[in-house]
Order: sequence, then C-alpha cells, then structure tokens
Amino acid sequence: MPIIYEPVVRCGDGWSRAAPDAPALEVEGLHFAYPDGHVALRGVSLQVRCGEKVALVGPNGAGKSTLLLHLNGLLNGGQGSVRVMGMPVTTSNLPFIRARVGLVFQNPDDQLFSPTVYEDVAFGPLHMGLPEDEVRRRVAQALAQVGMAHYADRLSYHLSMGEKKRVAIATVLSMHPDILVLDEPSAGLDPRARRGLINLLRSLPITMLASTHDMLMVRELFPRMVIMDEGRIVADGPTAELLAQPELLEAHGLEAL
Amino acid sequence: MNVALLTRLWDEIVVPRLHIPDGFLSLPVALVFWAITVVLLLVAIRKTQQQLGERQIPLMGVMAAFIFAAQMINFPIAGGTSGHLLGGVLAAVMLGPWAGMLVMACVIIVQGLFFQDGGLLVMGANVFNMGLVTAALGSLYHGLAGRRSRGVRLVTAGVLAWLSVVAGALFTALQLGFSGTSPFAVVVPAMLGVHVLIGIGEGLITMAALAFVMQVRPDLVAVEAVRTGGGRGWVVVGLVIALVVAVLSPIASADPDGLERVAIDMGFEEIAAAPPYELLPDYVIPFLGETPLSTILAGVIGALVVALVAFAVGRLLRQRPAAA
Amino acid sequence: MMLPNTLDRYHDRPSSIHDLDPRVKVVVTLLGIFSVLWLPDGAWGAYGLVWCMVLAVALVAQLGVGWVLRRSLVALPFALVAITLVFTLPGQTLFTLQLGGWEIRASDAGLVRFGSVLVRSWLSVQMAILLVATTRIPDLLHALRHLRVPTLLVTILAFMVRYLSVLVDEVTRLLRARQARSAASAQGKAGGSLLWRARIAGNMAGQLFLRSLERSDRIYSAMLARGFRGQYVTVNPHRMRRRDWLALGVALAALGMLQWLGRALS
Repeated sequence: MPIIYEPVVRCGDGWSRAAPDAPALEVEGLHFAYPDGHVALRGVSLQVRCGEKVALVGPNGAGKSTLLLHLNGLLNGGQGSVRVMGMPVTTSNLPFIRARVGLVFQNPDDQLFSPTVYEDVAFGPLHMGLPEDEVRRRVAQALAQVGMAHYADRLSYHLSMGEKKRVAIATVLSMHPDILVLDEPSAGLDPRARRGLINLLRSLPITMLASTHDMLMVRELFPRMVIMDEGRIVADGPTAELLAQPELLEAHGLEAL
Repeated sequence: MNVALLTRLWDEIVVPRLHIPDGFLSLPVALVFWAITVVLLLVAIRKTQQQLGERQIPLMGVMAAFIFAAQMINFPIAGGTSGHLLGGVLAAVMLGPWAGMLVMACVIIVQGLFFQDGGLLVMGANVFNMGLVTAALGSLYHGLAGRRSRGVRLVTAGVLAWLSVVAGALFTALQLGFSGTSPFAVVVPAMLGVHVLIGIGEGLITMAALAFVMQVRPDLVAVEAVRTGGGRGWVVVGLVIALVVAVLSPIASADPDGLERVAIDMGFEEIAAAPPYELLPDYVIPFLGETPLSTILAGVIGALVVALVAFAVGRLLRQRPAAA
Repeated sequence: MMLPNTLDRYHDRPSSIHDLDPRVKVVVTLLGIFSVLWLPDGAWGAYGLVWCMVLAVALVAQLGVGWVLRRSLVALPFALVAITLVFTLPGQTLFTLQLGGWEIRASDAGLVRFGSVLVRSWLSVQMAILLVATTRIPDLLHALRHLRVPTLLVTILAFMVRYLSVLVDEVTRLLRARQARSAASAQGKAGGSLLWRARIAGNMAGQLFLRSLERSDRIYSAMLARGFRGQYVTVNPHRMRRRDWLALGVALAALGMLQWLGRALS
C-alpha cells in the first residue's frame, strides 16, 4: 500500500486568495465552440466541494474532455466562468490556477516528455521555482504516493502503460494541487494495472474529478456522478441513485451494470 | 541617406522568419536557386534511395511530418520572444546528410505549397536556405565529432545548429540584396544580427534533443548508425564555393543600386578590383542582348557552372578515405 | 489524405474551377506568378488587371472576394524587408524623416518600387491561395507527378501529409501537457532557467522524434504485410478534357496579353 504522507485533504492554503469554504471547483454557464464550428459545451454549470470525489460520465463527444481542458485554462474563449478555490480562471491567473488544478491526460505519453521519471515528476515544482531540496522532497513524496518510489532513475520511455499512468499522476501530485482532474484514468490498462490504479486513486486524500467510461470503477470509487451528453449536464447526483436508473443511463449512451 | 541608421531601424522591427514570399526576390535570383536546389535534391533522392532502399518512403515521410510538428515546439527566451526549432542540423545528425536534406526540403515544400508560408517561385531559394544549407552544415557533425565524447558531440551539434541558422539568414540576405529588394549594407547586418541571436535557441534545442536521444536510445546515434553518409564533405565544399563565387563575382543587377550604390556612397567603389575575366559580361548572353530572358539564362548557366565546379572538387576530395 | 481542419486550405465548391484538371491549375498558377513578377515596376494598370483576373477566378470558383483577401495578408510582415527601398533608391525626394538626429529621405522611385514589390507579392499569394483552395491535396500531388516531379518525392510528400495531422496532434498534446504543469507559486520565481527551458523543449523534440521513428517502422511493417515491394503504384485519374485545354489556352492568352499591356502602359 502506498504511504500516505498527508492524511488531511488539502484544500487551499491561505495564499490562494480564496474564501475558506469556497468550493474547490465552480463552473458557471460554460459555452464553447471549436474553431471549426463544432459546439462542445452548451451551458455547463458544476460545483465540486472540497474533498469530493466526482465521476464525469457520458458518451464520446459529450464534451467531457472539453470541459476538463477549461478547468486549468487550456481552453478558453467561450462564454461562462470557471473558478478554482474562489480564484477565477483568467489569463493573468493561469500560472497560479495550474498549480491548483492537476490535470492528468488520458495518454500518459503526452505527459512524460523527460528522459527519466525523476525529471518528469520534478518538472512541475522546478517550473514553480521551488528550491532544489524542496523539489527533491516533493518528487520522493509523489513517487511514494503512487507506489513508484524506486523508479526515479528509470527512463520513462521504457515503462509499461500502467507504470506510465502512475508516473503521470505523480508528475501532477508533486505540484500539490487542490484538485486532481483525470481524463479516462483506467483506459488502456490491463486488469492488474487497473486494480492498482483504483487502489491508488482510493488512497489519495485529494478532491477528485475523473472523466471515465469505466462504470465499475465509478461505482467503487466515486460517491457522486455527473452525466454529460451533447454538451450539457443531464444528471448530477449520488452514484448509487443514478446507477439504479438504467433508462437514464441508456438514454445517454451508458450501460447499466 | 544613412545606412547605419536604417540598419538600426530595421533591427527594431524584427523579421525572424526566413520564408521569403514571392515578389521579394528577382526572377533571375529565384530561378538560379531553383536550379541549384533541383540539382541537389535529385542527388539527395538518389542517395537516400541507395542507402535506405524501399524503407525510405515511410521513414522520410514520417520524419518530414516530425520536423514540421517539431517546429511548433517553443520555449520562452526573454521579453515575449521564444526559441524555436528549424531542425536542419537535427535532421542531418539523426538521419544522415542526404536524408536530412530531403526531409527538410519536404517540410519547406509543404509549407510553401499548402500553407503559403513562402512563395512558389522563390521556393527553390527557401528550400536552399532553410533545408539544404542547414542539413549540409549538420553533415559536418559526424566528421567533426562522431567518435568523441558525449560533451563534445553535443556542443558540436549545438554550434552547427547555431551556424546553420546564421548561414541560412546570410544566404537569405544575399538573395534579397542581389534581387535589389534591400541594400546589402542594411539587409545583411540586420538579418545576421537577428539570427545570431535566434540561432542560439536553435543550438540549445538541438543539443537537448540530441542529448535526449543519446540517453534513451544511444544505439540510434552511434557512429555506425548513420543512415546515409559518404561524400558529405562535397556538399559543404560546394556551398562554400558557391557562396564565395556569389560574393566576389560581378553584381547581377544592371542598376547601380545595391552593393555598388553603397560602394559609391561610401566611397570605396574605386578600391574594388575589376574582375579578371567576365564569362557573361553584365549577365548578358551575346546573341540575346539585354533582355530579361538573357539575364535569366545567364543566371542559370552561372548556377550550373557553380554546381559543376562544386561537384568536381567534391569528387576530388572524395578520393580521400572518408571518416565513417 | 486530410489535413486537420485548421490546416486544410481546400474549400469544396461545385464550381468549374474546382473541376479543372489539377495540372492545368498548377501550370497556370506558376505561369501566373511568373507573369506577375515579370511585370515592370509601376505598371499599376497591369497590376489592376491581374487583380481583376484573380477576383474573376475567385468569383467563378464561388470562393467569395473577402475570403481570398483575408488569407492573402499572410505576406505582410515581410514587407518590412523591402521598406528600405523607399529610402535608398535615388530619385526625387518626397519627404524626409527625422530619426534620432539623422535624416533619411524617401524618394518617389523608392516608393514606386516598394509599392510594386508589395503589390506583386500580394497578387502572387492570392494566386497560390486560389490554387490550394480549389484543388484537393491528392490531386495536387498527382499533378506534380504528371508534371515530372520525381515520383519518389511526391510519394514521400503524400506520406508526410498523411501523417502531418497525427504528428501535429501529438505535438499539440505535448505542448498542452507542458502548459498544464507550467505553474507559479508564491515562493519561487516561475519558469526555470533559460537552459532548463531549452532542455525541456529539446526533450519534447527528442520524444517526438523517437515516437515518429517507431511509428514509421510500424507503417513499413504494415506496408510489407500488404505486399509492398518498393514500388508505389498510383492510379491515374486525370485526363485532359477539351475544357481543360480551353482553360489553359485562355489563361495563357490572358497572361500574354498582360505582359504586353504591362510594358505598353508603363
């Protein structure tokens, strides 16, 4: 089992200029269309409180990835607003927002661009300008949290998919974000790696929002579920309740368990 | 008029990209460089065919797409400017000189043809400046640093990459000068000045990329793994000769502008020696007289002469046992 | 062979221009640009005529005037290179500029030359835009092959275009992932040193290179599995019809007329 260094859920630490009980994430009326005209978000509003673990489900093309990319300002230009710990996502705030929102991409290859695991996990803290020993501490901590403590000197290029996924999560954890946002975390993993990932996500004491098709994982890990379809949120509630409505699930391209 | 002032003025309005649009090079200059480029490209195609065989099509195609995409990678330098990758030296180091040239040529062709990034009639010049010159300099890597320590190899690649940008800028500036689009005294220092700095970014990224590959797949950059080699020396020789000839030969333009004008202004025209002979005086073919067609043909003939001289010298040099 | 939507400049319209043999379009475009560049300085009448021709083609091709205009502004920054012409060509002084104690003179000849360079460049770019807007990329590549560009080069270009979107996509995701972790904290100065930033950029390039290399290996294996033996065979779908010859003839006549007019009028 990975060693947990911080048993208390982190949620803002004073300097983030947030109200003490601001929601971790606040999305209001988000509209977005891609340059080619495709409308991906049609008025999405969502709130995630500190400590919550929320699953975002829906068919392909529902706008899930588009929504996730708005959370740390990688996409913008449409209507609506996003606030993280009370801080609005604006162009001037982006560097600070990105310290708060840890986005883990679907394909870990996108995230691992350094030769060694250590360098990849260290990128975030190094960019933030933290001192050398603080960086080392954070890297060790993050790798331990994902159960890859002895992989620091390995070449990312040669790792297995499951190992890469864990390292990708570590690269984000080392930045000590307030909220962990994951895009299809269990996609492409064999059963053993998937089990390892689920255990890992369960053990992380951090607010979490994960976009996924893996309904079994949703049932196991996420007490709250948000269903998206065609750029809108069509349902938002306790997972157990929503999973008990097969017609609702099938209406939006999901399979009842 | 004050040339130094204009240079400074122009330096302020930085023009960092080397893709020349149509209209900024005169027809003779554009066509001369088309001729040179076609010759070199045909050789590059033949050479890569020999070395790689049928494997070359997917490899060259994907590598060209790689360079195109890699040119989008940037990093902030200072005050809003960023460093970019052009990739000529990287391509030559990774793939060998001829494959490198071919790949870079494809990138510039696609940029010009499909995205209007660079003109169509001046594409020969663009391919030459950004593709052929840069890859040719990259081809020096194996000769200079192939068997040395990692540090020496990296620094060599970095310096060559820097040099490639500067050389590309120099050729661009010379072409603009010979076309009469901008006086030499302004365009050469201005372009060089800017690209001496930009080249640093190229050098740094190239070194880092090479270091990455050395660390993760050292087998790829081992000396034996050079995919197309041999005779690389002659390409560089050829280019050097072409440059020297271009600079010292009589000015192509019949108008007293450009370098001559500056020379008159600055009073050193008298000092310039008259050329010992003139193959085609004032770029006029005797029976055609002073027509634009005559100038163009003269330019093409000149280019072919240069290419032949380069080829001949190269062949002579190739008798030496080349360092693998 | 599709470029991603943001990169592809082809605009499908049911026009007769789109329908023309791509060889004709390529040849006419190249000759057209050559023609324009061959016009003397200050041949404003001829330039205007060229623009009318470009507009006419744009209208027949159902592309709309504004669309071509907007795309053609791409060459603007390079205009700065030629601006020195205004001040260095000898001629009648039109105005002088005081710059930090020095005085530079703008001459009429310089202005005429500068304007001519700009206009010719602008017209050339519009012709190039019309070509790619009315011709699909596979057809363009076929045209090149018919026009004696080495088959090997054209095939490599075709492969490149095919994988362009894949690789551009990949580099975009890499850049995005870097952006996502490019954060600032209250404690340190964000951004890292210049050398470190260059290292990261180089790492990304190196990563991309290795992945591309392996991808090309996989593609080659797939080609071998489908019977590839070194020859790239293409089907020749293009045949010159009477209307293609007609279009070519009309274009050549127009360009010839243009040259005569351009010199007669200036």
